[in-house]
Amino acid sequence: MDILQILLNESFWAATLRIATPLIFGVLGALICEKSGVLNLGIEGIFVAGAMAGWMAVWFGFTLWMGLLVAVIVGGTFGLIHAILTVPLGLSQHVSGLGVTLLATSISYFTYRTALPKLSSPPKIEPFQPLDIPYISEIPFIGLVLAEQTAMTWLALFMVVLVWWILNRTPLGLSIRAVGDNPDAVDAQGLSVYGLRIGAIVVGSSVMALGGAFLTMSAFDSFFFGMVNGRGWICIALVIFASWRPGKALLGAILFGAFDAFQVRLQTEVGAFLPSQVFLMAPYVLSIIALVIVARRAEYPRALLKPWFKGAR
Amino acid sequence: MIRIEPREMPSKWWTVGIPIMSALVAILLAAIPLALAGANIFEAYTQMAKGIFGSTFAFTEMLTRATPLIFTGLAATIAFRAKLWNIGAEGQLYLGAMAAVTVGTGLIDAPSFILIPVILFAGAISGAVGMAAPTYLKTRFGADEVVTTLLLNFIIIIFLQMMLEGPLKDPMGMGWPQSEPILENGILPQLIPRMRIHAGLIIALISAGLVHLLLSKSIWGFKTRAVGENAPAALHAGINVNRTFMGAAVVSGAIAGLAGVSEVAGLRGYLTTDLSPGFGYTGIVVAMLAGLSPIGVVISAIFIASIFVGADTMSRAIGVSSYLADLVVAISLICVLIGGFVARYRFIRTNKVNA
Repeated sequence: MDILQILLNESFWAATLRIATPLIFGVLGALICEKSGVLNLGIEGIFVAGAMAGWMAVWFGFTLWMGLLVAVIVGGTFGLIHAILTVPLGLSQHVSGLGVTLLATSISYFTYRTALPKLSSPPKIEPFQPLDIPYISEIPFIGLVLAEQTAMTWLALFMVVLVWWILNRTPLGLSIRAVGDNPDAVDAQGLSVYGLRIGAIVVGSSVMALGGAFLTMSAFDSFFFGMVNGRGWICIALVIFASWRPGKALLGAILFGAFDAFQVRLQTEVGAFLPSQVFLMAPYVLSIIALVIVARRAEYPRALLKPWFKGAR
Repeated sequence: MIRIEPREMPSKWWTVGIPIMSALVAILLAAIPLALAGANIFEAYTQMAKGIFGSTFAFTEMLTRATPLIFTGLAATIAFRAKLWNIGAEGQLYLGAMAAVTVGTGLIDAPSFILIPVILFAGAISGAVGMAAPTYLKTRFGADEVVTTLLLNFIIIIFLQMMLEGPLKDPMGMGWPQSEPILENGILPQLIPRMRIHAGLIIALISAGLVHLLLSKSIWGFKTRAVGENAPAALHAGINVNRTFMGAAVVSGAIAGLAGVSEVAGLRGYLTTDLSPGFGYTGIVVAMLAGLSPIGVVISAIFIASIFVGADTMSRAIGVSSYLADLVVAISLICVLIGGFVARYRFIRTNKVNA
């Protein structure tokens, strides 16, 4: 077994980026919500809904990009439910988020079963293909890694820059960050705390849905039950690990993807000595370890989890 | 203009009325997905009712389904009262079940009156450890227990797969990943001959009574509630907040572990990875519908179990997916959340804009 050989292999890094892509969408979405002061545990269900809705739209004849739009709208709708429950009504963000996860998951499963009742083997769509960008594949090493990625991975990388730019370089981003730190100050400036928070949750949830859609429309070509498998919860851990910074979120997702790709390859090397479950468990264990290491140092948005009511100071 | 003001005390009628209203609204809203699925709505509801009240067997099946939900509902109730977010009851349930088959399949051979308590105790300890660990990470390192308990659910189920393909595997199981059956002496007694309903229900009801007494009548319960309502104030009043969290975690995890014991030693007899169709997660809905009242948990567990059992029958009869049950459960959670908001505030019509 040669670890260096694994790390210097283009296919390893291509797999890393592929595993990281849904997490990048998920972490960015969760980050947008939490920056405005609201935890969104609906993420796991929104992943399922995005995966199902986007895939089903394409199955019924939409183009891939229209399918993504459907996923975004569905994600935003579930985000709106969470936003109404947690912002103007100020209900427990934990329980509301879990409620949205249960709702989104059950609606998705029910819709899938109802719309496609008779099919025994999962129906397939034609997913996104690796994007052929001129000259990129000619760059040594990195070019070969990037040439294997689909348009959705490029979209995810672009979103990292976009979210960073909006949050840190625009007045809107300043307001979102302020509403997650000190909503009273935002209110005193005459801005709408409710509006900013609801908007952030809806947009954040739409981005999460893209992470789900990547699974059915790029990584695989069909929808099956239990395919999200805790990826949403891992994103919630990664946001804390990333200290609510988009750049660090990208790094966290890639580190996670690299670890996951590495354990698959390690499994083929030493699989005879260890049960495969040890490797399956590893990503979840790693998330907990990462959380324990950074938890005390994490710079939580100061108003995270705290409901705010107009005129109730 | 409508002004919203908090009420001094939500009235008694609200606290009972809201969950009932939420349950009814959720059942009525189920008509929408039923209609979209092209089902005869009247027929669907009739079949659902038949699945719950149609026969003695149906009714006992419903109570059998309610049993694990009472346990997991109680587990969520205790933790949430302390504002300790135990989302890991699913994993703790499997830890309890694993402990039950570890000691109950031949490790100890003893008469029932010894073996059954030993199995129950092992399951409870195992579940308690399963919640104590993330609580330690919370109090010692500040790691958010929501994330750690959620991730532990996945770790534990994979660990169970490993055990069922390894040390716990039944050599007579035709290669299936399942445990050996629990010894005859370790099986919880049936309550009615030829029905699946078992003594786990009695243990669940006793647990609900004990949790009620613990929370409302003991100093431990007072501290737990004080920490949940205002942790800084509780700390100021001299309550050891971290120790209180740990206490709530141990009791919560232990009861979730009992859910696993009850299912494996009362119903299945042996352990597989599909022992629980999400009882741990559904327990959270049970607890919220009950308004975090241990006695209420019994009633709401029976309600949720009725939805599941009724939807199964309906699904078999008219071919609508039984995922409808999960949908109704999710809707009733969201209704009870909104209802809880309405109960805590009053809406006052004013003509002037509030300054």
